[in-house]
Amino acid sequence: MIPEVGGGAAFAALALAVWGAVAAAVGGRTGRVALVESAQHAALAVFVLVTACFALLTYAFLAFDFSVRYVATNTNLGTPFYYRITGVWGALEGSIILWTWMLALFTLLVILRHRESARELYPWVLTVMLAVIGFFLLVMTVAAPPFERLTPAPANGRGLNPLLEDTGMITHPVALYLGFTGLTVPFAFALAALIAGRVGDAWITMTRRWTIVAWYFLSLGLLIGGWWSYHVLGWGGYWAWDPVENAAFMPWLTATAFLHSVMIQERRRMLKLWNIALVILTFGLTLFGTFLTRSGVIASVHAFTQGTIGILFLSFLAVVLLTALGLLAWRWDALRAQGELDSIVSRESAFLLNNVLLVAATFTVFFGTVFPLLSEAARGVKVSVGAPFFNQVNVPLFLSLVFLMGVGPLIAWRRASPDNLRRNFVLPVAAGVLAAAAFFTLGVRSALALLALALTVFVAGTIAVDVVRATRARLRMGERVLPALGGLLLRHNRRYGGFVVHLGILIITLGVTGSHAWSVQTETTLRRGEAAELAGYRVRFDGLTATEESNHFKVAGTFTVSNGRVVGVLRPAKKFYPQEQSPIAYVDYRLGLKEDVYLVLGDFARDGSQATVKVQVNRLVSWIWIGGLVLTLGTLLAILPERKKAA
Amino acid sequence: MNRRVWRWLIPLSAIPVLALLAYGFRVNPREVPSPLVGRPAAAFTLTTFDGAPLSLEAQRGKVVVVNFWASWCYPACYEEAPVLERNWRRYRDRGVVVIGVDIQDTVEAAQKFIRDFDLTFPNVRDATGKVSVDYGVYGVPETFFVDRQGRIRAKHVGAVTDEVFRRHVDRLLGDTAG
Amino acid sequence: MRAGHAAAAALVLAAALLAAPPAWLPAQPPARPVSEQAVHDIAAQLRCVVCQNLSVADSPSEMANQMRAIVRERLQAGESPAEVVQYFVDRYGEWILLSPRRRGFNWLVWLGPVVAVAAGLAIVAVLLWRWTRRARREAASPAAPSVDATMSERIRREMEAEP
Repeated sequence: MIPEVGGGAAFAALALAVWGAVAAAVGGRTGRVALVESAQHAALAVFVLVTACFALLTYAFLAFDFSVRYVATNTNLGTPFYYRITGVWGALEGSIILWTWMLALFTLLVILRHRESARELYPWVLTVMLAVIGFFLLVMTVAAPPFERLTPAPANGRGLNPLLEDTGMITHPVALYLGFTGLTVPFAFALAALIAGRVGDAWITMTRRWTIVAWYFLSLGLLIGGWWSYHVLGWGGYWAWDPVENAAFMPWLTATAFLHSVMIQERRRMLKLWNIALVILTFGLTLFGTFLTRSGVIASVHAFTQGTIGILFLSFLAVVLLTALGLLAWRWDALRAQGELDSIVSRESAFLLNNVLLVAATFTVFFGTVFPLLSEAARGVKVSVGAPFFNQVNVPLFLSLVFLMGVGPLIAWRRASPDNLRRNFVLPVAAGVLAAAAFFTLGVRSALALLALALTVFVAGTIAVDVVRATRARLRMGERVLPALGGLLLRHNRRYGGFVVHLGILIITLGVTGSHAWSVQTETTLRRGEAAELAGYRVRFDGLTATEESNHFKVAGTFTVSNGRVVGVLRPAKKFYPQEQSPIAYVDYRLGLKEDVYLVLGDFARDGSQATVKVQVNRLVSWIWIGGLVLTLGTLLAILPERKKAA
Repeated sequence: MNRRVWRWLIPLSAIPVLALLAYGFRVNPREVPSPLVGRPAAAFTLTTFDGAPLSLEAQRGKVVVVNFWASWCYPACYEEAPVLERNWRRYRDRGVVVIGVDIQDTVEAAQKFIRDFDLTFPNVRDATGKVSVDYGVYGVPETFFVDRQGRIRAKHVGAVTDEVFRRHVDRLLGDTAG
Repeated sequence: MRAGHAAAAALVLAAALLAAPPAWLPAQPPARPVSEQAVHDIAAQLRCVVCQNLSVADSPSEMANQMRAIVRERLQAGESPAEVVQYFVDRYGEWILLSPRRRGFNWLVWLGPVVAVAAGLAIVAVLLWRWTRRARREAASPAAPSVDATMSERIRREMEAEP
């Protein structure tokens, strides 16, 4: 039953989405309100139908309905309850449903929020949103049907990819997809602005919060992805420059560029063309990301499948890019505006530089990701472009960006006077230099690490200078410290939200620097009772235990970790899943603010007499996750409704 | 006027990128050509599951099919095992030898695999992975066809079929016989 | 069926775990001292062949394990790091290097980012120069810049926006 009902609902949704897109377009062109309203109803119906599909598939998972092929491939009777729910979006077909559902949800929110306020753009926004949904529904019905029937229904299913049996898998795709789909909204508005010929600032003002929220979820998705990689994949790192990580990172970079360049447009009515181009690029990159993960063109850990679906995504990417950029060229005259600035030493310049660096970083990541293809096409030689390349090329760019993060917010708009520069930057620069000197005397010799630390302290210094000065000004007005600080944050929430987000990025920078510069590791084979030593820790091997879990067989080593006193007993393991060819590593760790102790079990003797273990002491990694929390707070602050200025 | 034409370069600039991505469909990222084809096969001496030493050198003058496999490699290794056995029996009298190299495996599981498929050609175990690396093995199964002069003449990735086996072996037999 | 085979394999393994003698012996004593760091540095340049986009240094897989052992042995035998890397390149092709060698066509990937940054900076420099032309001209002439009412209103607003 479920396959037929679900498939039918998907088809109906596709038909309605197409109708809605067409109706809204015709309505927008002719001004017939009834058509736009009909499109609205279609959007609502699409949301209801996709929700039904989602619910139905979830039900099929919970009820072990193996007559649905997707359920049979991604779950089995041993799959625990929670992972049966997350299994719904654990593979290609289900992830498309989740994606479509979010798009439908956002369309609904756009309708609720902008139905009245965006009169001229609104029908076109609806058209674009519904067209994008229509594409995903097409994928859902034609290329990756989640409701395909499996006859005869097997007694048991194959089971979920064990790497996905983790809480990170509940949140990582959800956050990432919220980011990706959220970026559809500014894209729809930008395109609507182009189509309607209203390329002013209205669309930017309306989508500001959307963009920030989408950007935030993308950031969160990347961070959770890093956390998942760190504690599930068992290689001791959080970012591998895998093509798919890159695919999610590129739209983040361009969206970040957009969030900054928008401010110039808001203030100076400049960069209209550039901002629209950035939004198109960002959306194009989200599609490129889905293409990459789902086409199998570039080998990657996340690659879902190969087949027709890739061609579908590439065609859509082509349609989107050619249409959007074509519209851009068509509206060229309206978008072109002679810019006017007062001085090269100004915040405007800092933001322009920020954009150059972010887009250059995007290009670098993109070029590195597709270079193996280019090499093969041009000279038939397979090459790899991996972490060493990306680190080497991007680190200078990112450090420059950190530097600009200190300069941008404090340098004056329009024209920075020498006095402005002195007041704002003398102390932070001094702090940065002192910090570098201090770390040097403490024994830090890596030039990159010193530079990163100095820059971090410099930027933190600029934030401190600003907050202290503004709070002081309020104190002089007779306020107390805390209310003054609170008032400052709330009244200028956008500015200080931005500062807090910057602080989060700084903390992440610190974590990345620390983990790269100071992490140590060793790998040894230990007999029972023997201990390995690393960075002041003793890791003693106490034996192996084997247990039969609901859906796998687990061999865990017991290791007592001590540094003078016992820190804890860690049990890294190997999990043998019947459906997997090789065992899955299960790492164990003790997290700390200064360092994490991180164990990976290697080979072991079957009688438990000895085992190989990889011991890592990873420095400052926790600050990456803490930075993520700070980033969350900053985003929340930045999207608070703006306060009416008191008279 | 000039500017009017110029602006259309923006959408057109997307086309080379799209073309490159489309080209991606024509290549398989998992198939990496081996630089070893045409070069002398690396020598090795390993112990068979029967306990006897077996060296590649000793096979000089024969056409050698070196097959890398593992018992956990399902389904490809399970598909090709009977094919290899069948063709080994068929060609063994014509100066062809099949050598199975078991990698990344446990002795028990490998022995069970050999018993289950009733394999009679020599199977050795590469416990340290050195031979696998010498042959540039990515995964299992991979099969190398070595000619009578001890040169690698072809590499096949994935399960060997009758057709693949015969095509390569017949060519190598014909090379020197004719 | 696939599940059946693997399940059987797991059972065999389970039984073996409880009964069989150790199947892996400890590595032989080193011939010449080689630091783990040196092994790690080489392994970090090599792509783990059974994984996707992980280096041999990072991968927990058995194949990577064996490859690290080979790196260690070759260093112990007196090979230089470059020779060890070349040993792998000879067998797997350039593909095994995580960072393309700076030569020939590969220069493209190394120079691409540099060119991108340079071009971006050049464009911004030209634009900034153009956009500030009027301001510079006004600064050069002693006459005070004319500020009309709307402009001064805008300045006031922007000053207020600043805390």
